[in-house]
Amino acid sequence: MSLVLSAMLLASAAQCTPEHAAMGHCKMPTAAKPKATTPKAAAKPKPAARPKPAARPKPAAKAPARPAQRSAPPSRADAAPAAAPVDPSCPPEHAAMGHCRPEASAPQQAAPPAAAAPAAAAASDPDCPPEHAAMGHCTPRATAPAAAPASMGTVGTALPAGNAPAPAAPEANYADRVWGRDAMAPARTALRREHGGMSYSQLMLNLAEVQFRDGRDGYRWDGEFWYGGDINRLTIKSEGEGTFRENTEGEVQALYSRAVGPYFNLQAGVRQDFGPGPDRTYATVGFEGLAPYWFDVEGALFLSDKGDVFGRLEGYYDQRITQRLVLQPRVELNLSAQDVPSSGLGSGLTDAEAGLRLRYEIKREFAPYVGVYWERRLGDTARYARAAGEGTGGFSVVAGVRAWF
Amino acid sequence: MTRTIDRRQLLRGATLTGGGLALAACMPAWAQSVSAGIVKPLPTVSGEDITLRIAHQMMMIDGRESHAIGINGTVPAPLIRLREGQNVRLHVENALDEDSSIHWHGLILPFHMDGVPGVSFPGIKPRSTFTYEFPIVQSGTYWYHSHSGLQEQLGHYGPIVIDPKGVDPIQSDREHVIVLSDHSQMHPHIIFKKLKQQGGYFNFQKQTLAGLLAGKDQSAKERLEWGAMRMDPTDVADVTGSTYTYLVNGHGPRDNWTGLFRPGERVRLRIINASAMTTFNFRIPGLKMTVVQADGLPVRPVAVDEMQIAVAETYDVIVQPADERAYTIVGESVDRSGMARATLAPREGMAAAVPPLRRRPLADMKDMGMGGMDHGSGGSMAGMDHSAMGPAKPAGAAAPACPPEHAAMGHCKPAGDAATGGGQQGAMDHGSGGMDHSMRDFSVAPEVKKTPTVQTISPMPVDRMGEPGQGLEDVGHKVLVYTDLMAVDRNPDVRAPDRSMRIHLTGNMERYMWAFDGEKLSEVRKPIPFLKDERVRVTLVNDTMMGHPIHLHGHFFELVTGHGEFAPRKHTIQVQPGGTATFDVTTDAVGDWAFHCHMLYHMHAGMMQVVSVRPRDGDTK
Repeated sequence: MSLVLSAMLLASAAQCTPEHAAMGHCKMPTAAKPKATTPKAAAKPKPAARPKPAARPKPAAKAPARPAQRSAPPSRADAAPAAAPVDPSCPPEHAAMGHCRPEASAPQQAAPPAAAAPAAAAASDPDCPPEHAAMGHCTPRATAPAAAPASMGTVGTALPAGNAPAPAAPEANYADRVWGRDAMAPARTALRREHGGMSYSQLMLNLAEVQFRDGRDGYRWDGEFWYGGDINRLTIKSEGEGTFRENTEGEVQALYSRAVGPYFNLQAGVRQDFGPGPDRTYATVGFEGLAPYWFDVEGALFLSDKGDVFGRLEGYYDQRITQRLVLQPRVELNLSAQDVPSSGLGSGLTDAEAGLRLRYEIKREFAPYVGVYWERRLGDTARYARAAGEGTGGFSVVAGVRAWF
Repeated sequence: MTRTIDRRQLLRGATLTGGGLALAACMPAWAQSVSAGIVKPLPTVSGEDITLRIAHQMMMIDGRESHAIGINGTVPAPLIRLREGQNVRLHVENALDEDSSIHWHGLILPFHMDGVPGVSFPGIKPRSTFTYEFPIVQSGTYWYHSHSGLQEQLGHYGPIVIDPKGVDPIQSDREHVIVLSDHSQMHPHIIFKKLKQQGGYFNFQKQTLAGLLAGKDQSAKERLEWGAMRMDPTDVADVTGSTYTYLVNGHGPRDNWTGLFRPGERVRLRIINASAMTTFNFRIPGLKMTVVQADGLPVRPVAVDEMQIAVAETYDVIVQPADERAYTIVGESVDRSGMARATLAPREGMAAAVPPLRRRPLADMKDMGMGGMDHGSGGSMAGMDHSAMGPAKPAGAAAPACPPEHAAMGHCKPAGDAATGGGQQGAMDHGSGGMDHSMRDFSVAPEVKKTPTVQTISPMPVDRMGEPGQGLEDVGHKVLVYTDLMAVDRNPDVRAPDRSMRIHLTGNMERYMWAFDGEKLSEVRKPIPFLKDERVRVTLVNDTMMGHPIHLHGHFFELVTGHGEFAPRKHTIQVQPGGTATFDVTTDAVGDWAFHCHMLYHMHAGMMQVVSVRPRDGDTK
C-alpha cells in the first residue's frame, strides 16, 4: 500500500483525481484559489446567519451557574484546519481506514480543496462519489440535483464529507450546570419514561357468544388481557365453553410475555383448568403473533401436574369486506402426546374446531357478530366421547360480540 | 414608548384571562372568524416582557365545544411578535395540575432556554412561573408549543413572528398568519393507547374485499405480495380524519376562518403546521403561491400551486389575488381523510367552492425503501426476489491484492469489477434471500439495533428530497420540492463536512413502536455526540412507510440538495417514506438539544434522542 501511496503522492496533477485530492492524497493545481477564499467567507457570516448575542443574556429565574453562552466561534476556518498537524505514525488515510488513531486531540479531517467538488460532480453525484458510497458514507442519488448556476453552488453542501472520527459520547447532563443535578435528574427520568418507557393494557374478548345447536344451546368465550410495555408484558388468557343449565369448563392462563421480534411474543407461565373434569394445573410455554399474510396465530405446549403433555394451535384472519364489516375465519387444533382416559383424551389430534364469524364494527372496540361454528372430537378422543355417551361435535350457529377496551 | 403601552395592555389582558373566564371571545384578533389581517404595529403580544398563562379552557370548533389547553385563554396561543435584535423575557405561568413547558420552535437561543424538560431545563412545575430570557437573533415565522406529555395536541401551540431589524426584504401589503393544526375530542392519552392496542385503529381507508371486487386499489396479486410482508399500503397517517378536525387558526372547516384582502394586493401568508400528527397538502385553488421563506429563513422565490407542509415546518408564501372573489385555502391531510379549510376574501361572509377530498394515496415500492430498484414494474413486486443489499455493501470477495478498503478509495481495482458499476451491479444480483428477509436485512443498516422496534429496513432507499411528497406525484400542477428551495443568503459555514453519519428512522406499526436506529429514547443510554463547530453531514434513512418530520433543536441545518453554499437552511425536514434526506449541520451551540420526529405520538413512543454539543477544549465531563 505504501508503494501505491508514494506513487500517488509523486503523481502529477493529471493523475490527481478529485477523489484522491479529497482524501488528501494529493493537491489539485486549481485548489489554491478557492481554498484561499473559503475560510475568509466563512469567517464573516452574513447577518442573516446566526448573529451572536453581544452580551450574555441574564439568567432567568435564579440560574445559579453560568449559562453556557453561545459565543461566536473564534474563526470557523480555525476549527477546520486544512493542514492539521499530521501524526507521522498515522497518516490520515490510515486513520480513516481505522488502521490507527492519530495522536492529535482534535479530530483529523481530510479537508478537501474546494475545487475537488465540481470536478467530482462531473463523474457522479457530487455529494456522494462512488468511493464514499462504497464505504457506506452516503447513498448516491438516483436523479441528479437541479443544476446550480455556474457562479455558485460549488462549496458548502457541494463538498464531499471527510471521515473524521465521531467524538466519544458524554453524559447528556449539560443542563446540570445551569439548574443543578437535583432538579434535572427527576426530569431526565420522566423524559425517558415518557418517550418509549410507558406501560399500557388491553382487554380483548375475541369471542363472547351464544351457540345454538340441537337442543343443547351453549356459550363460548376466548379472550386475553395484557399489561406492560412494548417488550415485557403480563398476559392473562382465558377460554372456555358451557351449556346452559350445565357446568362450565374452561381455563385461565397467566403468562409472562416477551416480544422477540417485530411480530411475535414468546410466552411462558401457568394454566389452570376448571369445570366438571379434573382441575389440572399446567406449566405453559407458547408463542403469539402475526404471521405473513396477516394471520393472527398462537401456539402453546402444556405440561400437566400429572406429567401429561398437550399442545394447541390456533389462528384467525380478519378479512375486511368493507371498512366496518369483517369476516373472521378461525381454527383451533388441540393435541395430546398421550392417552388420558380420565380426561377423555386420546393421543394425537384430540379435537378441531373451525368458525366463520361476520362482525360489524360499530366501533373498533365493539362489534356484534353472527356466524357458524363447527367442532369435532377426533381419533381416540372421539371414541372416549362415544363410550361416555357424549357427542363428538357438530355445527352450531353463533351470535356474539367481539369487544375490547 | 409604544412598548410600554403594549405591555400594559398585555398585562391587563393577562389579568382578565387570569380570572378564569376563558371564553371563545378571547380569541386573538388574527384568529377571529373574520380577520382583517395583522396590522403590523399592533401585534397581539410583544415587547420585552411577555406574560403567558397555560391553563385548561374550553374552545368552540364547528359549533362544538371541546376541552383544550390554551395560553392566555386562546387556542392557538397568542401570536408573539418580536423584532430581531431585541431581548425578550417570557414569564410563563403554569396553571395546570401537571408539569408544562414551552419550546420556542426554530429559535436560536442558549440551550437552557430551549424548553425541553429533562434536556434543557427541569420543566415548569404546576402553579409556578418560569421566566425565559434570551436575545432575538433572527427573523421570520416560527412557533412555540409544549414539550411536556401530549399537551401540544390539546392546543398548547402558537405562532411567533419576528420582524427583521431593518426593512423586511419580503414586501407585502398585508399578511395573515395561518396556523394549521389537528384537534380531536378524544383525549391524546386515549389516542395513544388506542394506537398501542391497534396500530391501524384510526385508518378507515383500508383495502377491502368490496374494493377489490370494484377494481379499486391494489390487484389481488399485489395484495397477496404486500400481505406476505405484513405491510399495509394504506397506512399513510396514524391518526386521521376519523377523529381529527383540521383547524386553521383554531377554527374548523365550517367555521371558515377568513382572511381579508383587497384585489391586487400582495398578501403574505405565514403558514405554520402546528399539528400533532398531520402532514398537510396545502393549496389555494386559483392562486399561485410564491414561496419566499422556509422554516423562517428567506429562500429565492419559487412559484408553486401546492406544497406539502410537514409537521412543524413553516413556509411564508406571497399570493396576489387579483379578482374580487373568494378563494378557498385547502389544507388536505396527506391521507385525504379530511381537510383544514379557510377562505381568503375581499369581504367578510364570502366563500368559494371547497374542492372534494382527492383519492388517498397508496404506498408503493419506493415508499417501502426500494427506490433503488428501478426495474420493478410500477408497484409490482418484480424486484422483490433480489437479495436487496445497499450500494454501501462491497460486492463479493475481493482479490487479496486489492482488499475492499483500498479498492473503495480507488487505490486499486479489483479484477473485473469497475469501481462505479460494482456497487450497483452487486446490489442487483439475485440472491437466495426471500422477500421477508430482504425487508429486514440488517446488513444494509449496520447502525440499527436488532429490536422489535424495527419492522422493516429499507433495502435500497434513495434520496427523495427532489420529490413532492406522498400522493402529490401526479396532481397535474407544480408542487414544491425541497430541491426547489435555495437560500437567499450565502450559508454562514461553507466548509466541507468533517465527517458523515447515518441515522435510521425505524418503526413498527403493529406494536406502534418508533425509534431512531431501533432504540427508543427510553432505551438509549448516551446522546448523539458532537463537538462545538463540527460540521457533519447527516443522512436520515427512513426505514418505515411513513414520512417523518425530523426536528433538530437549537440549530439550522443546510439541506444537501445541490445548491452548494446557497443550501436552504431548515430546522425540520420531512423524510419521505422509504427514502433518505441529507443535511449538513454546524454544531455551533454548546449544550444538550432534543432531536426527534415531530409526529407527537412517534416522539412519545420513543422516536427521540438527545444531541450533545460539547466544547473542544476537553471540558466534556
